[in-house]
Amino acid sequence: MSGTEFTQHIFNGIALGSLYALIAIGYTMVYGILRLINFAHGEILMSAMFFAMFGVTLFSLPWPVAFLLAILLTAAFGISIERMAYRPLRNAPRISVLISAIGVSFLLQNLGLVVFGARPKAFPRPDMFNQLWHLGDVSVLSLNLYIPIFTVLLLIGLTWFINKTRTGMAMRAASKDLDTARLMGIDVDKIISITFGIGSALAAFGGIMWAMKYPSIHPLVGLFPGLKCFIAAVVGGIGNVPGAMLGGFILGVGEIMLVAFMPELSGYRDAFAFVLLIFILLAKPTGILGEKTAEVKS
Amino acid sequence: MFKKLGFAVLALALIAFPLAGCGGGDDDVIRIGVYEPMTGVNAAGGEMTVEGIELANELFPEILGKQIEIIVVDNKSEPQEAANAVSRLIDRDNVHAIIGSYGSSLSMAGGPVAEEAGIPVVGCSPTNPLVTLGNDYYFRVCFIDPFQGTVMANYAVNELGAKTAAIIKDVTQDYSVGLSNFFKQAFVELTGDADSIVAEINYNTGDQDFTPQLQTAKAANPDVIFAPGNYAESALLIKQAREADITVPILGGDTWEAPDFLDVGGDAVEGVVYSTHFTAQAPVTARSNEFLDAYRNKFGAEANAFAALGYDAYLVILDAIERANSHDPGDIRDALADTQIFEGATGIITLDENGDATKSAIINTVENGEFVYLTTVHP
Repeated sequence: MSGTEFTQHIFNGIALGSLYALIAIGYTMVYGILRLINFAHGEILMSAMFFAMFGVTLFSLPWPVAFLLAILLTAAFGISIERMAYRPLRNAPRISVLISAIGVSFLLQNLGLVVFGARPKAFPRPDMFNQLWHLGDVSVLSLNLYIPIFTVLLLIGLTWFINKTRTGMAMRAASKDLDTARLMGIDVDKIISITFGIGSALAAFGGIMWAMKYPSIHPLVGLFPGLKCFIAAVVGGIGNVPGAMLGGFILGVGEIMLVAFMPELSGYRDAFAFVLLIFILLAKPTGILGEKTAEVKS
Repeated sequence: MFKKLGFAVLALALIAFPLAGCGGGDDDVIRIGVYEPMTGVNAAGGEMTVEGIELANELFPEILGKQIEIIVVDNKSEPQEAANAVSRLIDRDNVHAIIGSYGSSLSMAGGPVAEEAGIPVVGCSPTNPLVTLGNDYYFRVCFIDPFQGTVMANYAVNELGAKTAAIIKDVTQDYSVGLSNFFKQAFVELTGDADSIVAEINYNTGDQDFTPQLQTAKAANPDVIFAPGNYAESALLIKQAREADITVPILGGDTWEAPDFLDVGGDAVEGVVYSTHFTAQAPVTARSNEFLDAYRNKFGAEANAFAALGYDAYLVILDAIERANSHDPGDIRDALADTQIFEGATGIITLDENGDATKSAIINTVENGEFVYLTTVHP
């Protein structure tokens, strides 16, 4: 394999990995606070894609407006899902909430099938992301350079938010111990809503980037990124934001390299994610950056 | 309040599901089951096929003085569901014959179930030879992949002057794997060079990222790429190929003919070439024109190959019922096996000993965002 080819694969891997990372952060944030795997995350992603698509195609909004609106709408959507499907079960056994999450996931998929139809639709890609840049012999779509930049900027912003603001401090407190945080005067319901809002907004951003990279969207489009990014979050250490990012990159680059170096195994690409998951669970069940105490709280 | 809203949404979603097919034992009605992918990765293919079947049912609603009822079941583009769909049609709906399915893997999953129950099936577009091979109850109104693969290899060598080719196939689709193998055989034979296939690369249904595969193909520097697969994956693959600066011609098979392929592929799919069963731009029989007019009337658009095949599958079954003068599944099967020179919309259909139709292939390209007819290839 030539150096050019290898560089090309690295570029492709980083672009895919940062998408995984963005989406995995949403999983990890919700888990960090509620100890809940939000299985509807992939469907939140899907809704964002459709909001953005309809904004541009149906309402002919300029794309920055449409995308921003889609992100806000999705955040609101995520918050209302939490209110309707998870909040009533706040004191129920954790398994009930998990089942509720799976139910929401199926409900949204099927609602999507009824409302949007099953056939794939094209997603508009703004010219800014459409250019083909040549760096020597390596050709890179401008979108693939923007994605990692956006991901890193968002992660920096999020880290600052969690560590420096009062709301962020409350989120950290709630993730340590929900009940004690409530006793300390933190409005836990509000914090959970904010967490869902931020997680969903990140999913929306990731979803829109995903839809621009792979511009074929349909109601089941969230399944695949949803599953992969859940694995990325677990690999990195679920509940840990930099961990989700790391997990996303490992998964993205690993997948691309697997296909690149062993083309005959390219049909087993999805299996790679699961094998990686199994190894991590065997070697370090809390994930690469996971804290030892992650599962102590019952 | 939110709780109530939640329930309302849930109730709405449940009602919105079609409560189709109430099982029947009514003997004055002939029931034809249809199992097609209405959701999942092959949804567009299934929808187009069902349009043709419904059109045929509207135009020819009865035979032997009996009404014909069609019962459509969604096989969700999954082989497991396809097998379930066929048993549901047989056990619950008591169908006399079945039409389906788009997708060779789906048809191969449904086939044994129908054979065991003794219900004849007519496939519209499953092109893998194994669909009908060894199954006395499976027939089809389309050509098969050994022919389609040869047609495309011929096109690559004779029209494009290709000496080397790369194959990118979907390993989870029997259609894609089979067609690739036949293309490879024919290509090697035509070029007389055992090493003329310079790369053979795999992906899975549902994949969206093809960049590493395409880099491998690019490094092998082929004259042409053959990449049969579902329209959705193929459109993304071709888009990413053009974005990776791969400029060689890309060829595919009949599954590409879907509006969604053009929609998703956009400018990237301009100039790709594929083989198909039928085109509105070159009607072959009197019945083709009849079909095209009826389709225009009902849907306000030009008909596609899958609608035409759906239409023909329905008519071939009707013809068999008429010749058998009975709607007993066994009698329908025997009459189907004897189908000779039947004039359909897609051409003259004669079923051979395997139950396959031998027909001409159409070669189409994409020009200005539309499918454009190039030529017809006779077997």
